[in-house]
Amino acid sequence: MRLSSAQEITQDMFEPLRLGTGEGEAITRPPISYWREVVRRFRRNRLAVAGLVILVALLAFAFIGPLVSPWDPREQSLFDTNKVPSREHWFGTDNLGRDMFARLCYGTKVSLFVGVMAALIDLVVGVIYGGISGYFGGAVDDVMMRIVDILYGIPYIIVAILLLVVIGPGLWSVILAMTITGWVGMARLVRGQVLQLKEQEFVLAARALGASHLGIILRHLIPNAMGVIIVQMTFTIPGAIFGEAFLSFIGLGVPLPLASLGTMANDGYQYLRIYPYQLIIPAVAIIMTMLGFNFVGDGLRDALDPKLRR
Amino acid sequence: MVQDTVLEVINLRKYFQFGRRAVLKAVDDLTFSVNKGEVFGLVGESGCGKTTVGRTIVGLYSPTGGRIVYGGKDTAGLHGAAVKRFKRRMQIIFQDPYASLDPRMTVGDIIGEALDIHGLARGRERLARIHDLLNVVGLSAEHANRFPHEFSGGQRQRIGIARALAVDPEFIVADEPISALDVSIQAQVVNLLSRLREERGLTYIFIAHDLAMVKHLSDNVGVMYLGRLVELAPSAELYRNPVHPYTQGLLSAIPIPDPRIERERKRIVLEGEVPSPVNPPRGCRFQTRCRHAKPVCREEDPKLKPVAPGHLVACHLF
Amino acid sequence: MAGERLLEVKDLEVSFYTYAGKVHAVRGVSFHVSRGETLAIVGESGCGKTVSVQSTIKLIPIPPGKIEGGTVVFDGKDLAAMSDRDLQSVRGAEIGVIFQDPMTSLNPTMTVGRQITEALIKHQKLSGAQARRRAIEMLSLVEIPNPKERFRQYPHQFSGGMRQRVMIAIALSCNPKLLIADEPTTGLDVTIQAQILDLMKSLQTKLDTSIILITHDLGVVSKLADRIVVMYAGKVAEAGSSEDIFYNPLHPYTQALLRSVPRLHEETRRDLLAIPGTPPDLFVPPKGCAFAPRCSRTMRVCLDHQPGDFAAGGHHTVACWLADRRAAHVREAHAHRAEAEDAGARGGAS
Repeated sequence: MRLSSAQEITQDMFEPLRLGTGEGEAITRPPISYWREVVRRFRRNRLAVAGLVILVALLAFAFIGPLVSPWDPREQSLFDTNKVPSREHWFGTDNLGRDMFARLCYGTKVSLFVGVMAALIDLVVGVIYGGISGYFGGAVDDVMMRIVDILYGIPYIIVAILLLVVIGPGLWSVILAMTITGWVGMARLVRGQVLQLKEQEFVLAARALGASHLGIILRHLIPNAMGVIIVQMTFTIPGAIFGEAFLSFIGLGVPLPLASLGTMANDGYQYLRIYPYQLIIPAVAIIMTMLGFNFVGDGLRDALDPKLRR
Repeated sequence: MVQDTVLEVINLRKYFQFGRRAVLKAVDDLTFSVNKGEVFGLVGESGCGKTTVGRTIVGLYSPTGGRIVYGGKDTAGLHGAAVKRFKRRMQIIFQDPYASLDPRMTVGDIIGEALDIHGLARGRERLARIHDLLNVVGLSAEHANRFPHEFSGGQRQRIGIARALAVDPEFIVADEPISALDVSIQAQVVNLLSRLREERGLTYIFIAHDLAMVKHLSDNVGVMYLGRLVELAPSAELYRNPVHPYTQGLLSAIPIPDPRIERERKRIVLEGEVPSPVNPPRGCRFQTRCRHAKPVCREEDPKLKPVAPGHLVACHLF
Repeated sequence: MAGERLLEVKDLEVSFYTYAGKVHAVRGVSFHVSRGETLAIVGESGCGKTVSVQSTIKLIPIPPGKIEGGTVVFDGKDLAAMSDRDLQSVRGAEIGVIFQDPMTSLNPTMTVGRQITEALIKHQKLSGAQARRRAIEMLSLVEIPNPKERFRQYPHQFSGGMRQRVMIAIALSCNPKLLIADEPTTGLDVTIQAQILDLMKSLQTKLDTSIILITHDLGVVSKLADRIVVMYAGKVAEAGSSEDIFYNPLHPYTQALLRSVPRLHEETRRDLLAIPGTPPDLFVPPKGCAFAPRCSRTMRVCLDHQPGDFAAGGHHTVACWLADRRAAHVREAHAHRAEAEDAGARGGAS
């Protein structure tokens, strides 16, 4: 027995109290919504925050850069070819005398556009396809998933190259090439999520209450699958950017006068021995994009995973 | 007193297909009825099909065969708006208080969903209804803005009850509502269910594996084994005079929280384990574990027959 | 023999450091286990029963867990001061552990036989053939049919009950002095639970092992326990012999717990006593008695002062201010009221 406190205890304290009911029901911790919790966990992950900073910097570079730089990315100047970085041309000029800084801003914008568009198309097609397949299940699911299996088995590079040869190069051709088989990953993921979620008791409860299919999908399935979908998207974007860079590198990328990080790296590669900065600068930009998205993606995956909750 | 039968389950079968060949006969030829205002207990061990029965009754699964007649109408004949009306009359409470509430929704929205689906209340009235329902289950209005993970198991289970009550049902299937809860919390939920039954004239099917709790709460009890009903009797009768060897073994297996009684009890220990429902034994499904099994038990499937008024048993020994 | 203490835990304090702060999971817990006896630690989820016992052999994850104080003496050895290496030879060899979920505590990629022989070869330095013989012996001891065949099988080929038998075989294979059984039958069906409890009981008399049984099920306790420790919110609320706890419970929590479960053998239907509210969040440990907000006989002293352990005859102790001599009048008033209620209930029933 703790005697120190015993001294303060007096007889009059041994009187019964009438406690109000419900006192044991009070919740002492402050309310935390799921998304606020996600933000908190994301912020605790240093690498993820670093990734986010990189991405914000890239966006700023792509959109604010052109306002700062006096040069037009398409303007050639035969007197100013292959200038090394200087006060006038911050990142130097390329073999046609175009300002590399302005061109890199422009290329980053195009690359990001390709990545985001490809991810959005994957998202829409994949979520609808995977959602239908998973939600209705049975024979529908069997057929739809066999189609996905077949698409999955075809190397996407071959499809992309064939497609580009047939419909000709162009910004949308590249995006189409990225997405024509790219959505199957999202579709599989969403199907898996939906299969798992639809047997959850809260979905059964909604069905028992008489909720419609659409109501269940919008109210329960999508919000609960959202985390995984977002994570998948953050990995699809860099994948598409890299894919575009690869296609550009083999000469099937976005055509002139457009520029992307891939086409710039391809141009720079030809002068690697003499003007290494022409390859290094776009290569660094590509690397930063990859790292940024992957860090953010990893951070989001950890932050969104309910199993990691404490 | 003449009692109104509110639910009739007639030769209910529910099979699940596994792959190409295997068929799991979760519920096989089940017949029973539930009177208005009573608590019908359904007990059995895991895999006996009791959860499937509950889910089939509320329409979450469509039966493979047999009929479910509620309020004189065959539920298979309902379409469109009639199905929705039926869902308002019959609700279900789930076992797992962690999985049965959508983690992304606030408690207010979880309860409100029921109101939204049936267009029962909007705006301020909706909020007032939600607060009312929270009060009914012993929670307060301020809990409406909280998320499920902030509540304890017992509180979540009560939120699940509030959701079921939102549509003002007359019949509730309670599927193991307390088996995931702590002992001191189980009584809270059971007492709440009892109170609601009195106040609202509810009828329950109470599914559980805890026979002591089923006895406490139920008027009639059905004992299931491998998809079959093996014994059906008024609660007191079943516990006083269990007839089926499985029921006897089941009752005997439950430890009683009283050491003196526990020491002196005669035990009937059931040997072995429940066979797989994908490949159930021939004849009586219990014959592999039964101490009294006779040759006929290996050949012929026993039918439910009365041994006393209201007491039916499916066993060749009787 | 009996009475000689095998394990003695004193003033154990364990905390978990989470992002939101410290959760004081075990707040000064003392208990002991004598040779050959079964001690049951009873309480609800989150009361610290598992953490208390696992901390004695440092099975809790550290970090986030941290053992902040207390002494643990096992068979004359101070476990708290022991290095991890030495402790490893105590775990498995001298103290066997069975967990609640036999599926996750068995390695799915190893045969059951190898999982038993592994410990035997490590701790008892048996040869492969000896270990194999002993393992098959253990499998038949836990009444697994066809032990020789089962020896070569994988965990997924066993049912839940059989897996728990395997766990028991592993835990007992090195002849431990103490068996820690953490909710050994919680996921199992009642008929299987009865088999496992019978098995544990017969093995205990056969092998003369002490058992710590962690459970929330009072029925399981009444079947196996010699002594009982009731825990609430990281503290021992009441401790005593099985008879003390079941027939003379003194702590309002123990009393309420016993009255909150229906009894199969009783003919009349009695209202269940529901304990209102929920256990406190040990993120903010209460200043006074942790049960006070849910107690039907709270006094002013309960809110601000933690009760010490009051002796109540023999080894029976209770941590409740009602046991203080100054609370005599409250006890008497309650006894009168209970009597009146009983009489009322009897009158109403007839």
